[in-house]
Amino acid sequence: MTGHMRLGFHAPETEEELAHLVAEAVDTRTPLEIMGRGTKRDVGHPVGAGAVVSTEAMVGLQLYEPTELVLVAKAGTPLAAIEAKLAENDQELPFEPVDLGPVLGYGPGQATIGGVIGANLSGSRRILKGAARDHVLGVRAVNGRGEVFKAGGRVMKNVTGYDLGRTLAGSWGTLAIMSEIALKVLPAQREARTILFFGLTDQTAIEALCIAMGTPYEVSGTLHLHAELAARFTDEDIAGAEVAVTAIRVENFPASARYRANSLRQVLLAYSPALELDGERSKKFWGEVRTLKMFQDKPNPLWRVSTTPSNAAKLIGSLSRKIDVRAAYDWSGGLIWIETPPLTDGGAVDIRRTLAELGGYATLIRAEDATRAGIDVFQPLEPELAALSAKLKHAFDPLGIFNPGRMYRGM
Amino acid sequence: MSTLILPDPDRGVLARRNDIARQLKRLVPGATVISDQEGCRTFECDALTAYRCLPLAVVLPVSTEEVAAVLRFCHDNHVKVVPRGAGTSLAGGALPLEDAVVLCLSRMTKVLEVDTSNRVARVEAGVTNIAVTEAAAKDGFFYAPDPSSQIACTVGGNIATNSGGAHCLKYGVTVNNLLGLRMVMMDGEIIDLGGSHLDAPGYDFLPLITGSEGQLGVVTEATVRLLKAPEGSRPMLIGFDSTESAASCVAAIIAAGIIPVAIEFMDRPAIHVCEHFVTAGYPLDAEAALIVEVEGSEDEIEYLLEKVEDIARDFLPTSMRRSQSPEETALIWKGRRAAFGAIGQLSDYYCMDGVIPLSKLPKALDEIGWICRKYRFDVANVFHAGDGNLHPLILYNANDSVQLERVELCGAEILKLCIELGGCLTGEHGVGIEKRELMYEQYTDEDIDQQVRIKEALDPSWLLNPGKVFPIEGRDAQKMRGIELQNLGPEPEPEIESEIEAELVEGHDAP
Repeated sequence: MTGHMRLGFHAPETEEELAHLVAEAVDTRTPLEIMGRGTKRDVGHPVGAGAVVSTEAMVGLQLYEPTELVLVAKAGTPLAAIEAKLAENDQELPFEPVDLGPVLGYGPGQATIGGVIGANLSGSRRILKGAARDHVLGVRAVNGRGEVFKAGGRVMKNVTGYDLGRTLAGSWGTLAIMSEIALKVLPAQREARTILFFGLTDQTAIEALCIAMGTPYEVSGTLHLHAELAARFTDEDIAGAEVAVTAIRVENFPASARYRANSLRQVLLAYSPALELDGERSKKFWGEVRTLKMFQDKPNPLWRVSTTPSNAAKLIGSLSRKIDVRAAYDWSGGLIWIETPPLTDGGAVDIRRTLAELGGYATLIRAEDATRAGIDVFQPLEPELAALSAKLKHAFDPLGIFNPGRMYRGM
Repeated sequence: MSTLILPDPDRGVLARRNDIARQLKRLVPGATVISDQEGCRTFECDALTAYRCLPLAVVLPVSTEEVAAVLRFCHDNHVKVVPRGAGTSLAGGALPLEDAVVLCLSRMTKVLEVDTSNRVARVEAGVTNIAVTEAAAKDGFFYAPDPSSQIACTVGGNIATNSGGAHCLKYGVTVNNLLGLRMVMMDGEIIDLGGSHLDAPGYDFLPLITGSEGQLGVVTEATVRLLKAPEGSRPMLIGFDSTESAASCVAAIIAAGIIPVAIEFMDRPAIHVCEHFVTAGYPLDAEAALIVEVEGSEDEIEYLLEKVEDIARDFLPTSMRRSQSPEETALIWKGRRAAFGAIGQLSDYYCMDGVIPLSKLPKALDEIGWICRKYRFDVANVFHAGDGNLHPLILYNANDSVQLERVELCGAEILKLCIELGGCLTGEHGVGIEKRELMYEQYTDEDIDQQVRIKEALDPSWLLNPGKVFPIEGRDAQKMRGIELQNLGPEPEPEIESEIEAELVEGHDAP
């Protein structure tokens, strides 16, 4: 039953309009597909709701206090606009959100901040500075009853009541629709130096990356690329390497970044550090990593796997014996992006079976509609956790009108 | 002391006290069960000692399974449970209830795993905060959150209040350093959340549980992030002739793109008390002092301290001194860490935990001074300036019942001020019983209702640590609005108030 709610696309301009719209959907029991500008619409199970609610018309910075390291933006504010504003003050989003747009058929920089937090998108620097959710100080949102609520605030520390703001991070629009988000920001890193290693095996590379993480040099990027993926970068030395490429990034003010890079090369001498990138060349490389340049050319299924670093190489080794995969390890192996052949299940059965043995979980980021409709896009949960998740969902969205089934069927 | 409204005790449970204790002993033979009055007295309060209540019984389990057995029993018998770590809560989060079993995890003290290649440690919830770092220190790693009670407080308690510490400006608070949990729900179900990887499938329950003050489940194990210790660190002391200059200097340091690992603020009373206590060389001539600590290699430290000094010069410091040796560094921090204890030796104090936006720091300190004068109390300020987490210590005489009542009113006014300035009630101590009636100052009905719905979803019978966080059990929150604590005692003398008001109008220049 859809009652009188107008189906199709809604883009409320204010929080009140948004709440009103949800209340109308509640009254008419109309399921809603929730999005910002829709760049990640194809992640998850197809929602198939009659009405779409977008926050794209709720745009603008409510507050930006550089000396307090805090920024409050309406949920539909484009990430690019926020980053441009921060750059004017030599600041940045420390979690360096990965930009899924280009691998999903959109241009770079189009995501909204609501989408970034809703999907908890963190980039390579997550290992040093924390995830997107770690930087959420507070939110305003509309729950599945059409009520506006706030959680947290705009200050750095806050244990006043339950932390619902960070809980919404990574919930993919299934719990509440965020209308405003307060974020912690940090001074921008002035210099980024990148040490490159060529031709390391996965196992050896992960070993080197973990050693780097165990140094006091505040390593902010630890990446290992299979040869075929390295070839898709624009940097000539990386693209032309024809072997696997391993990259370690250190940042800080220039003299410190130089010192840290030198120190790391000494520590990792046995792994034969081959080349060091600095300045724009270094920044450009990590910029390409951030837009997943290595997965932009082919439309193959793309998985995001989270695991314990020391299991990462074994996991890919084991998987490679079953299907033909290309892997990019980030977070010193704690995060693996896996490109699989265009199989009916996108490789789900083999990936999940391997993870069951070695630990970790997988999310299918890119695949044809038919593939996504047929398998679990998000990692199936243990029964106790599934039951707990259903309770959480019910506490926010009792009628199940937000993005029904997007993460888990029947939820 | 004002009369605290607690949930009505369950008469049926009280009548079955001996029977319940007997059954608990049978249920968890390995655990210690305390039910005699003298034994229970140890647990009658936490570090908010103004409120005391003897519990029904105390259980000290040694395993997750025992915790599960106790919770299942209590659930089935409708017995309330108050989880407790080391009892260092400053907000009454672990205050027992007459009809509740205190579930104290202080005997679950095993460090289960230290994995330096993946940079994680798995520990039981009763492990002290400092013990995590101690377990990792031989490999040069540490656990970042460092509340000043770190020698005593437990990891479980840190999770309950999302503890921070002096170094959280750089390293974040508990939630930012937590990867996984084992938790027992009120019905006895054991749930694992997250793990030793950097994010978890499905909804992220870690931030929901962290800071929930033991109301959603009982955490029995935690997997935390370990970090490699920096090559070195060094603090410097900067004295200023006004709190405003000190506060402006903090903002300028951050604006310059420098995030020191810690920026601690002390006002004149705090400086004098701490200096008297440890002789750390704090600037006695200053109105305010900052401890600014930076980390890195020797060159990095030099570079950063020079920059900090350059910035500080713009605010006409009365003194600037870098620590010259590890001994001096230790002394500087010893003074800071001992601040609460040192002040406590001089006087009873009521410790606030409000947070304000950093730009409002001068105004906040000014107003706090005036509020305390209005109520005729001295105040000392020593806090984490980088993140705006204030800890005004209001000095009073706990044996004077009139002062006791007034100090609470004074504290409440300070917290309301923090909210007016755009901040919040509590940064790291938690709401507990202390601040629950102030929740509506910060939140609307809808805000509280949304939190309460989560409590009800995970603990429908409100058996787990009820009477805390929400204005009386949440379900009655609507009814509680506008109801003041009972027996507040006489109003502060009206003539003093009008005197102070008059001075306020004149612009704060009066003596």
